[in-house]
Amino acid sequence: MPQIVLAQQPKSRLMIDIYDLYNKMEGNNIMLSFKGDITSELMTSILHIMESRLDSMKEDTKVKKKVYNVLVECLQNLYHHIDEVPDKKVDKNNSGKSAIFMIGIGESDYSIVTGNYLLTEKVPSFKKMLERINSLNTEDLKNLYKEILNNERLSEKGGGGLGMIDIARKTGQKLNFNFVEINDKYSFFSLNIKVGHTQLQNN
Amino acid sequence: METIIIEGTPKTPSVHFDSTSGILQLKGRSIPENSIEFYKPLVEWLDEYASKPQPKTAVNIQLEYFNTSSSKCLLDLFKKLESMHKGGSDIMIKWYYEEDDEDMLEAGEDYQSIINIPFKMIEVEG
Repeated sequence: MPQIVLAQQPKSRLMIDIYDLYNKMEGNNIMLSFKGDITSELMTSILHIMESRLDSMKEDTKVKKKVYNVLVECLQNLYHHIDEVPDKKVDKNNSGKSAIFMIGIGESDYSIVTGNYLLTEKVPSFKKMLERINSLNTEDLKNLYKEILNNERLSEKGGGGLGMIDIARKTGQKLNFNFVEINDKYSFFSLNIKVGHTQLQNN
Repeated sequence: METIIIEGTPKTPSVHFDSTSGILQLKGRSIPENSIEFYKPLVEWLDEYASKPQPKTAVNIQLEYFNTSSSKCLLDLFKKLESMHKGGSDIMIKWYYEEDDEDMLEAGEDYQSIINIPFKMIEVEG
């Protein structure tokens, strides 16, 4: 009776972890999550799935558009700005352009969470930019957006922090971010963006 | 010169740039990862059109969503139009937004404050 023998074997570490992971996601009301390479096709799929979900939830058009816009900017930030991690000691199983992406729904807002590696040497300037955005009020954000839009040269990746400013303007909230230094070469950047769905935005 | 007609996709807008009528239209979504690639032929078309434009040029922008990389490309298009306008060409940009879509209205107003061309904000039913 080989089946019974198999069933009596100790459960693998992964099988226990997956239940734990499921419960954590369930507890955080995660609607959708992804970990892996961020490709153009993947972004199209996620946007399509989320749009259908928001439609079926009969979400307010205004909120739906904000969530969609923020999703686009968050995903494209990942797509354009992930730094590859060739060091297998940091990320064993991936091609290097791997990231994590989650969308949760809470009582008063949607959470869009992203996490990706970047070079530690890029952290100070990036952090400075995010802190600058967080220090500005609605009017100053608008002016900064226009200034960057009008003056900086266009790169293929967009850039100049326009995406982050756009997220801050559309959500009317401070950017909630964190950096974890893995080693002197690589750091892990995470971002948690909230889009209110019960109250109207104040901007 | 040829009319540009491009069908819309989930990530790129439909384009109708007609040199005989002087009506230039962008409609739908503009959220490609590489906006420059999409907008380059449009900017080039506009360069050619600028050499012999119609007496009146009407630009209709009716976008549901656009990403920040498209926002730079839109500004490039508007800057070409602005220099035509400076040269005496009659140009009007109509910026359509769905009712209550304050973000899209505000985006139009951002351009209006940067670009020296008459803008008209038009609210449409969602």
